[in-house]
Amino acid sequence: MPTWKPDPTFYPSPRLAMKAPPERLAYVAVLNTGGNGRPDAIVVADTDPSSPTYGRLVGRTDMPNAGDELHHFGWNACSSALCPYAPHPHVERRYLLVPGLRSSRIHVLDVKPDPRQPRIVKVIEPEELAEKAGYSRPHTSHCGPDGIYMSALGSPDGGGPGGIFVLDHDSLDVLGRWEVDRGPQHLAYDFAWHLGHDVLITSEWGTPDMIEGGLNPELLLAGRYGRALHVWDLRKRRHLQTLDLGGQHQMVLELRPAHDPTRPYGFVGVVVSLEDLSASVWLWSKAGSMGGNGAAADAADGARGRTGGVSGGNGSRDGEWEIRKVIHLPAEPADPALLPPALKPFGAVPPLVTDIDLSVDDRFLYVSCWGTGEFRQYDVSNPLEPRLTASMRLGGITARAPHPVAGKLNGGPQMVEVSRDGRRVYLSNSLYASWDAQFFPEGVRGWVAKLDAGADGGLQLDERFFLQFEGERPHQIRLEGGDASSDSYCFP
Amino acid sequence: MAVFDAWPWGAAALLGVYHGVNPAMGWLFAVALGMQEGSRAAVLRALPPIAAGHLISVACFLVILGTASRFIERDVLRIAAAGALTAFGAFRLALPRAHPRWVGMRVSGRDLALWSFLVSGSHGAGLMLAPLMLGPSPAGASHGTGAHDALDAGALFATVGTRLDGATLGDATLRGAGLLGIHTIGMLAVTAVLALLVFEKLGLAFLRTAWVNLDAVWAVSLIAAGLLTFASA
Repeated sequence: MPTWKPDPTFYPSPRLAMKAPPERLAYVAVLNTGGNGRPDAIVVADTDPSSPTYGRLVGRTDMPNAGDELHHFGWNACSSALCPYAPHPHVERRYLLVPGLRSSRIHVLDVKPDPRQPRIVKVIEPEELAEKAGYSRPHTSHCGPDGIYMSALGSPDGGGPGGIFVLDHDSLDVLGRWEVDRGPQHLAYDFAWHLGHDVLITSEWGTPDMIEGGLNPELLLAGRYGRALHVWDLRKRRHLQTLDLGGQHQMVLELRPAHDPTRPYGFVGVVVSLEDLSASVWLWSKAGSMGGNGAAADAADGARGRTGGVSGGNGSRDGEWEIRKVIHLPAEPADPALLPPALKPFGAVPPLVTDIDLSVDDRFLYVSCWGTGEFRQYDVSNPLEPRLTASMRLGGITARAPHPVAGKLNGGPQMVEVSRDGRRVYLSNSLYASWDAQFFPEGVRGWVAKLDAGADGGLQLDERFFLQFEGERPHQIRLEGGDASSDSYCFP
Repeated sequence: MAVFDAWPWGAAALLGVYHGVNPAMGWLFAVALGMQEGSRAAVLRALPPIAAGHLISVACFLVILGTASRFIERDVLRIAAAGALTAFGAFRLALPRAHPRWVGMRVSGRDLALWSFLVSGSHGAGLMLAPLMLGPSPAGASHGTGAHDALDAGALFATVGTRLDGATLGDATLRGAGLLGIHTIGMLAVTAVLALLVFEKLGLAFLRTAWVNLDAVWAVSLIAAGLLTFASA
């Protein structure tokens, strides 16, 4: 039912969203790895420091089937409902769309009747997704101005191409494939947009048959995993440009565009370089928007990506985007005896940047190094020159850096979520079941940690908040009312 | 008779104001474009296409109504319009978020005019003027003057609640165009004032609480206008 006033969690601009009240609850996707045939779940954590149950799980919704591999999820509606060209602000941020990355089943959870005990109100079966959109393995979900967009890793047979499909924001039915002309794009993973520029960006991981059996060393060494970003015309749904990072850069994952719609740039994390096992963060931007042509910054490390040919007919100079490396994270030497079989020959721990997140004011970038267990905070006020402002270690392949509450940890900082006001950061430690097993063969013991961020940078561990899981592994975290990666805005 | 003559002009202008106030009709888009460019000029540039799209949308509807009136008895037309208003209002209540899907933030003047045209049409802006254009039933309104004119396209505009016995077709069309103009000026004036006020002074925070569900108000207005027209038919 439409409401009389806009949903109070919708903010016209990121500046206003920074003033949002602190979240009282967090929703966490947990993967059941206990081998007990039990389903995955969305669990609910109390994040209100004044509550007697702060830092504990206060709710749980099991999925109807086992083996979904819950991963990422998103809201039915968010601040983009205020976008002026398709305004519909009198809807509620009420439903969580929770895809199973392995099962391709999409669950719709209603958090309104009891926010601590979401109810499953709809399940879209993989056959329906395949029939209507031709996709499977749904991944990232974003509430757009004119519908709910979701990415998918591949086709129903486990191959490619992966892409994006759209769901109706009233009925939550799958409407169909988003792309009109996908050009050379084949691999898919994450997507993001610059609503002020009518541009959509997609990234690349691998098709289902490249990832579901674990990280395939042959494919990796051949540079066959994702290595590029794709720039799309959001209105015409056409491929505009490929931003190729080069084949040594493998797995171009999380996209974090600037929240301010006038800022045509964003950051993307790259998991590993085949040259030296390093990881990196790259800055994509509209050509000429960063002041000067950026050539000097590029020349410093010679890391400028090649931009592929313009594929669409709309490739005017206006549509030219560019990408450059702005953060380099080297591998750390390690005693081979401590390394899992896959890494022993290298004698080093790769940082493995698996997630990054950008604060709502576009000022702080958080970088998870799942391999080394390091978590970094950068001031990216100048996006060309990120400045390291804090670093913390939790877990890691060899370091096993401890938490004061739980002692030594395994897994490492992985999914990051940042509160709208930028003051609280939540971390979970599991990546993807079959990949967890390769890097942490003893099995990832699930945890979620919370850090407090200073107004001008700096990180401090909140010892009162630490979730531990038995036989389950947490993945993405979504905060009540929205968070730094859930909402997009049409006003600066 | 001066008051009697003036009311449709006032009503047309007021309906323009009513349309202009709705953030979904354009002023918010103008603000967004101004903020995106960081310039007041961008706000001002957006206004003429928004007004033009609205005008064309309403005009299209009136021409259709006028053409229909050449072939259909005025009372039948009034009932048909009443039914259309009520049904469309009910549709807007049931499916309030039917909106264009292809638009974005990088729009040319032509895009913006087309957007405004579609939004005005899909919100029933022209339809809302129907009762005004058709006027009250002669039997109900003029108590025994006995006049029961079948409308023609020009006289439709001419009989906007008033009686223009003996007016020529040209006069009537001119008068109708004038009413449309007044309506659009009312809409444009409010759109411009709100857009500039929000862009320069107010900012957007107030929208979070002040943006009441005008779609619902509109839907109810449409239904009410439909029922009133029924009652007067």
